[in-house]
Amino acid sequence: MMEVSPSENVSLREFGCEQTLLSRPDGSASFVQGDTSVMAGVYGPAEVKVSKEIYDRATLEVLVYPKVGLPGVRERSQEQCVRETCEASLLLSLHPRSSLTLILQVLHDAGSLLSCCLNAACMALMDAGLSMSCLFCGVTCAISTEGEIITDPTAAQEKESRALMTFAIDSKEHRVMMSSTRGSFSVQELQQCIAISQKASEKIFQFYRDSVRRRYSKNL
Amino acid sequence: MKDTPLSNCERDFLLKAIEEKKRLDGRQTYDYRKIKITFGSDYGCCFVDLGQTRVMAQVSCELVTPKESRPNEGIMFFNLELSPMASPAFEQGRQSELSVKLNRQLERCLRNSKCIDTESLCVVSGEKVWQIRVDVHTLNNDGNLMDAASVAAISALCHFRRPDVGIQGEEVTVYSPEERDPIPLSIYHMPISVSLAFFQQGTYLLVDPCEREERVMDGLLMIAMNKHREICSIQSSGGIMLLKEQVMRCSKIASVKVSEITDLINKALLNDKTARKAGGRCGFAESIPQERITALKTDQTSVEMTGVGETVSSIVQTAEAPPQKVPSPLLPVPGVGQVGEGMRNTWGVEEEEDGDSSGGDSGEEAVKMEEEQHKEDKSRKVDVVEILDSEEEEEEEEVVILYPETTEKAKNKGSSSGQKGAATSRKQQKK
Repeated sequence: MMEVSPSENVSLREFGCEQTLLSRPDGSASFVQGDTSVMAGVYGPAEVKVSKEIYDRATLEVLVYPKVGLPGVRERSQEQCVRETCEASLLLSLHPRSSLTLILQVLHDAGSLLSCCLNAACMALMDAGLSMSCLFCGVTCAISTEGEIITDPTAAQEKESRALMTFAIDSKEHRVMMSSTRGSFSVQELQQCIAISQKASEKIFQFYRDSVRRRYSKNL
Repeated sequence: MKDTPLSNCERDFLLKAIEEKKRLDGRQTYDYRKIKITFGSDYGCCFVDLGQTRVMAQVSCELVTPKESRPNEGIMFFNLELSPMASPAFEQGRQSELSVKLNRQLERCLRNSKCIDTESLCVVSGEKVWQIRVDVHTLNNDGNLMDAASVAAISALCHFRRPDVGIQGEEVTVYSPEERDPIPLSIYHMPISVSLAFFQQGTYLLVDPCEREERVMDGLLMIAMNKHREICSIQSSGGIMLLKEQVMRCSKIASVKVSEITDLINKALLNDKTARKAGGRCGFAESIPQERITALKTDQTSVEMTGVGETVSSIVQTAEAPPQKVPSPLLPVPGVGQVGEGMRNTWGVEEEEDGDSSGGDSGEEAVKMEEEQHKEDKSRKVDVVEILDSEEEEEEEEVVILYPETTEKAKNKGSSSGQKGAATSRKQQKK
């Protein structure tokens, strides 16, 4: 079995978030991880098109807009990853026959884009005041060619990596809600990445907590 | 999703206020909202805040073959995207009337005014030119998207740097930013659009209408002008009749506003340049305000290493247990799927033995029989469709071997193990 040496690379880039920065959406947030930044806007619960109506729960639509050009296959797959995570955490049955729209606009991609999308989505959903069974966050891990695990990789680290994994982790039990992987890796490596992601998720949830506390505090 | 409707009393209130020369946000008639221009960390990325209205522009470039009619001119491409994030009324993937109008106005403002030297974008005449693509994304619509988009687009174009190219004979090399400094576009002038809204059939005029004002306005005049007071495009919409004097007055207002905005853009560009030169961090990440309670930022944090090693090992150990309990699914022969979970597929097992030792007659024959039946069912089905008049059994078999093997295989390759199994057994029979 390959022993993973916990490297110095197991760190998260500086991250930041601003909520309620757009006036039109019901909830909005922009999440920054290093240079990667994503803006998210949520509309809803609102009326739904008859063709998309689901009788016992809300219809969630996720749209990802790239920075350059029109949305393509890559964006579709990201949309699906985010939608499935949100559907798992949102209490959609509270709003039957209504629509929720989550729009993600990529502002800059410098690696770990999907995890940044997930974090921005969660912050926006929180800002919109939608009921959720748990919060979620995204963590990206890259395995370099030497077998080193790097969390929150930059674009250059992503490019050099042998495998890239993104996990959505819930806040209640730190379980994996969604995973999206690329490249080849062993079961051990996968487990190690999950374990590290769970550890890293604690940091992000602490950040969520801090930002909410700050928001509802009376002074800065 | 539909936009929230505007009630009659709101409409009456707004119009009454405009008559009294008052605006909801406390501005004067000719005042612009606060404009904030920020640049992203990569070249050609610009955010513009016009009050609450927010747009982002990103410029990109690629080498393409030029149009045949203009072999030594680069291509400019503008795309204004009305993202549903900006307003619930905007729908994804649908070209609304507003989107067409804004796209056209942006093109007329920036491309048709020839503000960018397209000839300098030529690399090899008739073969390779730069295509400059400007994507404008609307993030929040609080009225006057056009002005915000035009400011964002021209600022992004000024900020943009394209990679340097070298030509040796026939070869064209594109240098990365590390090898050679990227080159800015040559821009002759900066056209900026100024929107003026008219109310009560042109009696009242407001500069930079907000979203509420846009809803109650009768007509809109968009003037694109540069700081040399040259009009680049002018468009009146809404079907109001304007007097000559009114248009002249509007153009005078526009010229004042344009010179103000141009100064602001230049200042923002200069600030960004000095920030970049100083080597400090610049970009969107730095523009998150620190003093708001809705914003929070942390420094780079390392994930606590002490716990990780132990948790990793413990989780790996516990994670290794499950595969021992549950028999791992077998892949008997490459390309053969297994039906069911954790159960050994008898078909697959037989096939595997088939490949390994080519013996095991007793068991194999039973399977063969099954498969034959399968095949015959299939052949009959095929037969009914394909050949109606053939009734002889032998002929039928002939058809099956020649025809469906190619078509069925092509149609659903390896989608079901049954078919494949049937095909292989058929081959054996032939032998």
